[in-house]
Amino acid sequence: MRWLLGKDLLILRRSRLLVALLIVYPVAIALLIGFAISRSPSRPRVAIVDETAPGATVQVGSERVNVGQYARQLFSQVQPVRVGTRAQAVAKVKSAEVLAAVVIPADIAARVTSATSQAELEVIYNGDALEQAIVQSQINAAIAQANLGFSEQIQRAAARAIDLLLRGGNLGVLGAPANLVGLDEIPSLLHRVISHQRPGPDRVSLERVAAFAGFAAANLSVSKNVLATVGQPIRVRSTLLRGRRTPLNTFAVVVAVSVSLMFVCVLLAAGGLALEREEHALGRLVRGLVSRETLLAEKALLAAACSFVVAFAMLAGVGAFVTLDWSRVGLWLLALALGAVAFGALGVAIGALAREVRAASLLAFLLSLPLAFLALVPAGAVARGLYDAINAVSFVFPFKATLQALDAAVNRASPSLGLSLLHLAVLAIVFGGLARVGLRRAE
Amino acid sequence: MSAALSVRALSKRFGELQALRDVSFDVDAGELVAVIGPNGAGKTTLLSIIAGLQAPTAGTVSRGADEVGWVPQQPALYTKLSVAENLALFAHLEKVGDPRAAVERMLEQTDLRDRASERVGRLSGGNRQRVNVALGLIGDPPVLALDEPSAALDPAQRERLWAFIGGLARAERAVLFSTHNVAEAQRYAGRVIVLANGRMLFDGPPLVLLREVGEDEHGDLERALVRFLAQRAVTAQAGER
Repeated sequence: MRWLLGKDLLILRRSRLLVALLIVYPVAIALLIGFAISRSPSRPRVAIVDETAPGATVQVGSERVNVGQYARQLFSQVQPVRVGTRAQAVAKVKSAEVLAAVVIPADIAARVTSATSQAELEVIYNGDALEQAIVQSQINAAIAQANLGFSEQIQRAAARAIDLLLRGGNLGVLGAPANLVGLDEIPSLLHRVISHQRPGPDRVSLERVAAFAGFAAANLSVSKNVLATVGQPIRVRSTLLRGRRTPLNTFAVVVAVSVSLMFVCVLLAAGGLALEREEHALGRLVRGLVSRETLLAEKALLAAACSFVVAFAMLAGVGAFVTLDWSRVGLWLLALALGAVAFGALGVAIGALAREVRAASLLAFLLSLPLAFLALVPAGAVARGLYDAINAVSFVFPFKATLQALDAAVNRASPSLGLSLLHLAVLAIVFGGLARVGLRRAE
Repeated sequence: MSAALSVRALSKRFGELQALRDVSFDVDAGELVAVIGPNGAGKTTLLSIIAGLQAPTAGTVSRGADEVGWVPQQPALYTKLSVAENLALFAHLEKVGDPRAAVERMLEQTDLRDRASERVGRLSGGNRQRVNVALGLIGDPPVLALDEPSAALDPAQRERLWAFIGGLARAERAVLFSTHNVAEAQRYAGRVIVLANGRMLFDGPPLVLLREVGEDEHGDLERALVRFLAQRAVTAQAGER
């Protein structure tokens, strides 16, 4: 095996373009995937036409909320591009300078204040169906956030107005009397007056008024909570049933490293074995010079070793930018090593089927790419039956098991590392056996 | 004197296809024997069994795979390695006692010393075939089996190759080769074995085959082979009736 390894390393050293492609291509793919997964959607660039008058307010009882607050809420959710007119906004959407435009109409304050007709925003989109779907969902989310923020402003104003009614004092409304009595104080004031009244119809009437005032004060203080409930009726409390919460960026690192490990290892193992057939050397080797098992093991281990080095270098390199728990480095190495061996076995199984390097590489590529994407399909994203089928496919190939092993090693995610390593060991044996059968049939 | 190679009652079946039927012959040291016959006669199957690439269904070969040098039709070489690196690799894999000396010896014998450090992928077809033969000889086997060694070579390259192979036979090595080029067999082989449908129909010097069909020593062996096979087919049909 030593001489075969030496020969293959020499051939690899002389195939610089191939080695560069084998390393650069998967790393580029892996980084793109990692980037796509880890990066939260950027704020959409949106043209905003604010037609409201400067200083326009929404009146809530004695309180006023500046409509400018709403525009500010909206601006914080998007990359705002202020434009003066609707026509300018439409032009920017048409030229794709912005994804969409939002027109805040001049009558928004009046409509919110009136509480009889709902205020309306105009949203202008462009683009194809996919773009529209993405932009609509982003804009809708931004508007929902802005609405929520604005409704909180209004809630707070309403709450302050209610407090003033309960506590009394100066309402701050033009024409309102100063130092008004609060609803809270009325029952005690009335009871003092009632205590000086003789029994009779007047006293009964005052007692009824005092009872009503007490009831009204109690219920009005509760209404602040009711307002908060109506503003955000349901709050979300998350509970994770399995494993620990994995930060998205470290999961993205794990995905990127697993993809690189798979591509380098499978392509190298498949290509290495196919090269023996392409060079017609297989027959010469297996007629007593090298056993078929040794040949397969040599190809799988060489590919595993190369991909292990690439993947670990990538993990360590990314570790400079993302916080990783280096005290678990031994477990990372274990997960990478088992994953590489399983991918090596898959690679030689592919190489045993192909007669030449190009066919082996194409086959390896065509198999690897969908495996990576299938393993990343989240539950609930597709129909139940399809998800079960995807899970079954992912189970019989090493990508998902490697991803789980590495996620467990790096992020302490579930399932446990031991289970994933056992899964990988079984897959390595199965694919090694298939490669042995395939090689025998190929001769 | 015992034969360098003895093949006894060799048969090979691939499912329904009987590729070889009860083939037996000997090859002595220093003999250059050609295996000829039409397509599908079983020539490559016979040589690959002798070389240890395939196991026979029945019968025996006196030499193990490690005692037979194998030269496949397509040069089995690593094109990214140099001539010397290819030779050294197989010298080590064959567990030759002194690999360095073996490489030197083969470079000398194949007259490729000047090309020793050149990558095989840059060599001409003729020189590649020389390296291919050299790899078959690197373990210094007493028997050399070559499958269509001159296929895909131009006339000048063929001439040089046969001079080289002839030299091997003169150095007391038993050489067995298959060929489609009957003229080459007539010119270079001391003996021919005729195979058709997996059966061995003839084993003897080319001159005897010529006389079998009424030709003299100046006759054309290719024409003689065609007539010989036609006669045998007629005889076989008569036998079946």
